[in-house]
Amino acid sequence: MQLANVSKVYRSLSGSDYEAVRDLSLDIDAGEFFCLLGTSGCGKTTVLNMVAGFEPVTSGDIRIAGTAIEGPGADRGVVFQGDDSLYSWLTALGNVEFGLRMRGVSRREREEKARHYLELVGLTGQEHKHPPELSGGMKQRIQIARVLANEPQMLLMDEPFAALDAHTRAAMQRELLSIWRATGKTVLFITHDIDEAIILATKIGVMHAGPASKIKGVVDVTLSESERDRTHDRFVGAYRQVHEMIRDEVAISLERAH
Amino acid sequence: MRASLGKVSGYLLGFASLFLIWHAASTWLLNSVLFPPPGRVVAKALELAQEGVLGEQVAVSMMRIFTGFLGGTLIGIPVGLAIGSFTIVRRLLEPYTEFFRFIPATAMITVAVIWFGIGEGSKVFLIIYTTVFIIIINTAAGVASVAPNKIRAARSLGASRAQVFFFVALPATVPYILTGMRLAMANSFVTIIAAELVAANSGLGKMIWDSRMYMLVDQIFVALLVLGLLGFATDRLFRWGIYAFAGRFSPVT
Repeated sequence: MQLANVSKVYRSLSGSDYEAVRDLSLDIDAGEFFCLLGTSGCGKTTVLNMVAGFEPVTSGDIRIAGTAIEGPGADRGVVFQGDDSLYSWLTALGNVEFGLRMRGVSRREREEKARHYLELVGLTGQEHKHPPELSGGMKQRIQIARVLANEPQMLLMDEPFAALDAHTRAAMQRELLSIWRATGKTVLFITHDIDEAIILATKIGVMHAGPASKIKGVVDVTLSESERDRTHDRFVGAYRQVHEMIRDEVAISLERAH
Repeated sequence: MRASLGKVSGYLLGFASLFLIWHAASTWLLNSVLFPPPGRVVAKALELAQEGVLGEQVAVSMMRIFTGFLGGTLIGIPVGLAIGSFTIVRRLLEPYTEFFRFIPATAMITVAVIWFGIGEGSKVFLIIYTTVFIIIINTAAGVASVAPNKIRAARSLGASRAQVFFFVALPATVPYILTGMRLAMANSFVTIIAAELVAANSGLGKMIWDSRMYMLVDQIFVALLVLGLLGFATDRLFRWGIYAFAGRFSPVT
């Protein structure tokens, strides 16, 4: 996936322009687990929304395998931060089947697939519950299973674990990693949490503080499974490197907020 | 099972205390022919029921409500969906809904009678009128409040715009539609009695009006009692229906 000189300008209600992203360029290789890290208000969700096709770019272009994207598509599955994207009138199974049902897959095949992915995210036995009956962590698992069942080429995840408690978040991170290893999908993962980025990513893109943000730099963090531990030397080294890059941006964004 | 038993016994106790207080008030507090005790009213109701008069009047009024309510719902839901889905439709139709919903159905009674006569036509028109705007407004509000992420998720799962409407916007709106219908049903009761009081040849409202002319206070109370019970039963039926057929749309109730 390739973003070339992408800019995004929003027009506010009062008519003044707000430039969220300016001249942002970024390459993500197939199979990469790419974390986009930035302070709040830096435009990282804007980038994800443009890649997902929810919002058009103001200028520049976004290509996947050489083809420019046109609106949302089943090749890019999106996991949202909150649970308001789940369908409360459908069961867990119904939610996971949704994409396959829309695309005309037969009942038997889609149920088989949905059950497989529910098992993969550890929700066997919860198939017939509705989202409001499930915990926050379980609801995020449904979202992940729903996207995986649709078999997209890419996963776009917008701070999917931000609303979870620390223990659930750590468990979900481990599971996401093993799912990623098993499926080999390209992942674009948005977060503001340095720890989370280092635990998950193969590459971390650090963004400048907003507005008119772009990529400040990309850090390679290919850690082995045993090194993805907060106390490991290589983890600490990566943390220092990333923290060095983002420290100034945090200060700038705080200053601008005042 | 135990919960529903508790519910029913609660209702029975509540109604029993209502009748007890009514009985006490009419016997000892206001001993007057103008305020009959429940016993006399029930006896009168049984008498009227045996003659067939009560059943006939109830059937007439309920049939009017049912027909008009059905009509209002069938018109209101698609119009509400269109207003909620398309800005242009909203701009075109909002003047109508925002104008007419402030003219109460009771104010339209005379016009309705002039246009549709004193029979069923004017009553059904008034019930449609009193239900349709509530259902339109609730349905449109429901469509407008569908979480944008629900629609985005569907689009990126491969749903077409038409599929988004039928499989996301519509089911997400069902609780709002049902709430609108419940409110509209309560309005229908108000409107039908007002219409029958003013201009009708039959129905519970007409029965109240006629009883007043001949000072048949017991008979007025029979009509009031029946109205209260019918309203209560209809609303329970509605809630039961919502729970049985659409409980999964709003599992909180």
